[in-house]
Amino acid sequence: MTDLTELGVAAIRDGVAKGDFTAVEVAEAFNANVAAAQKALNAFIVATPEKALEAAKATDAKRAKGEPLGKMGGVPIGMKDLFATKGVQTTAASHILEGFTPEYESTVSQKLWDAGAGMLGKLNLDQFAMGSSNETSYFGNVISPWRRNDGGNAALAPGGSSGGSSAAVSARLAPAATGTDTGGSIRQPAAFTGISGIKPTYGRCSRWGIVAFASSLDQAGPMARDVRDCAIMLEAMAGFDPKDSTSLDMPVPAWEAGLSGDLTGKKVGIPREYRMDGMDADVAASWDAGIAWLKDAGAEIVDVSLPHTKYALPAYYIIAPAEASSNLARYDGVRYGLRDLPDGAGLQDMYAATRAAGFGAEVKRRILIGTYVLSAGFYDAYYTQAQKVRTLIAQDFKNAFTLCDLILAPTAPTAAFGLGEKSDDPLSMYLNDVFAVPASLAGLPAMSVPAGLNREGLPLGLQIVGKPFDEQGVLNAGLAIESRAQFSAKPEKWW
Amino acid sequence: MSVDTATVAKIAALARIKLSEGEVAAMVPELNGILAWVEQLGEVDVTGVEPMTAVIENKLRLRDDVVNADPLTGGDNRDGVLANAPAAEHGFFGVPKVIE
Repeated sequence: MTDLTELGVAAIRDGVAKGDFTAVEVAEAFNANVAAAQKALNAFIVATPEKALEAAKATDAKRAKGEPLGKMGGVPIGMKDLFATKGVQTTAASHILEGFTPEYESTVSQKLWDAGAGMLGKLNLDQFAMGSSNETSYFGNVISPWRRNDGGNAALAPGGSSGGSSAAVSARLAPAATGTDTGGSIRQPAAFTGISGIKPTYGRCSRWGIVAFASSLDQAGPMARDVRDCAIMLEAMAGFDPKDSTSLDMPVPAWEAGLSGDLTGKKVGIPREYRMDGMDADVAASWDAGIAWLKDAGAEIVDVSLPHTKYALPAYYIIAPAEASSNLARYDGVRYGLRDLPDGAGLQDMYAATRAAGFGAEVKRRILIGTYVLSAGFYDAYYTQAQKVRTLIAQDFKNAFTLCDLILAPTAPTAAFGLGEKSDDPLSMYLNDVFAVPASLAGLPAMSVPAGLNREGLPLGLQIVGKPFDEQGVLNAGLAIESRAQFSAKPEKWW
Repeated sequence: MSVDTATVAKIAALARIKLSEGEVAAMVPELNGILAWVEQLGEVDVTGVEPMTAVIENKLRLRDDVVNADPLTGGDNRDGVLANAPAAEHGFFGVPKVIE
C-alpha cells in the first residue's frame, strides 16, 4: 500500500471518496508522522490527534451513508496557532496567551471543518506572527526539515511567520496547513521549504477569530504541496463574513475547476526594480527560468516598473508596528491570558508587569516602534508619511497592471538561512521580506511556487502577483511554472 | 530623528511595558537603527498624495440594529466571556483595587 502521507489534498480527497482508503487510515498515518517528528522539528505547539480522528470518522460515516464529503472531505490539516479554535489552546506562540482556550471558532477554521477537514494540531509560528524565521516563538524554534547538501547538519530556518506550517507540510506531517500573511508570512516560508502557498486578495478570507497583528495587512491562505491543493483549500477558506468589516462580499470562484496552465494571451510583467545589485546568482537564475517557463506556456513577457519598491519595507515597518501596538493593547492581564500581579501592585503596574512578562523581545520592539510613530508630534512625520508612500506603492501596481496581467518575481532574496544567522540584527531579518512586502501593502493576491534547488540543495520559490480578485490568474501561472519546473525534491528524512 | 533613554522610557510607559534600566539602554540603539532606516521615506515626494485608508475599496457595512442578531458576537454570554479571565469573581473581571 502507498504511504498515505505522500499524498496531497486532492489525492486524499479523491481516494477517500473512491474508497481506495479510509479517512481514518489517512488521519492515523499523519498523526503518527506528527508524533514522530515533534521532538526534532517542533512544528506543533499542541498536537490534536483525537480531533483528526474524530473528523475522519465523521467523513467515513458520511461516505457509508452516501452523503457528500465536502471540498476537504477526509483531509487532515495543520492549523497555524493564530486561529482561534474552540476548546483548543490558542497562543499566537506567545507566553501572554499561554493557556488561552477560546470559547469560539475562527471563521476560516470553521469553514475548513465544515468542508470535511480535520485538525492534526496547532502549528508553531513566530510570536504574534512577527518574524521571518520562526525564532521568536515562546515555544521554541521550528527546525526546517531541509538541510544543506554540504554534509553538515546546521539547523535551518523554515521561514516565518508560518514556519510550523511550512515545516509540517514539507516534512509530510500534514498534506496542507493554514498560514497567514502580513508581509510575506505565507510566501517566504513556502519558498524556504519547497512548497506552494497563496495569499489571496485582502478581504477574501475572514479575519474573524485570527489573532490580529496588523489588521490592514493580515490575510489567511493555504500552504500545500502543489497549486491544485492550494486552489482546493482556498475555496474552502474564502467567503464573505459579516463579522469582519473588511470581508469582501463576493462569490468564491471555482478556482480548482478553473485551473489551466495555458497562458496564451496573458502578459507577465517583470519588475525591473526587483533585479537588485548583488542579487543571489541562483535566485536570479531561477527567475530567468521562470520567465522562460511562462513564455513556453504562451505568455508574453513585458518589462514593467514599480518605482517605489525600495520604500515598501520601511513603510511596512512603520505601518505594521503601528497597527500592532494598537491591536496588542488588548493584552492587559484582565480579560484573558497571563496576569502578573506583583505584591501590592495597582492596576497600571499590573498592566506593565503582565506585558513585560508576556511579550517576547521582538514583540516589545515592534510595540515600542509602533507607539513611537503614533505618538503626538511624530504621527505625521512617520505614520502619515508611510501611509502616503503606501498609496504610491499601490499606484505603482495599478500602473503596471495597465501593461500586464501578472507579475513574476523571486519570493525571497535568498534560500533558507541558518537559525541564529540573522536573529541578532532585526534589520537584516526584515530585509528578507523585500520582495514579499509590496504585494501585501497593495492587498494583492500573491503566490509562491517551488522553482528548483540552489547550489546548496535548498529550495527556491518564484512569486506571482496578480490584480485584485484575480487569484485564478495567479494560480494558473503557478500551475504553468509547476508543470515545467517539475519540482519533486523533498527533505531527506533525518528526524 | 533619534531616541534617547528618556524617550524610550516614556514610550515604554505609554505602551504599558515595564522595562528595566538595562532593557531601556539596550533598546535605544535597536530602535535608532530601525528609525534611521525608515527615515528614507522622507525622500519620497508625496505632494498631493492621500494617505492610504483602504487597500481594497470596500463599503463599510452597518449591521441591522437588532440585539444579538449574531449569537457568536452578541451578548447574553457572561460565562463564556469570563471563562479565560485570570481572576473572575461574582460574574465580573477581578482587578486590583483602583479606588481607595
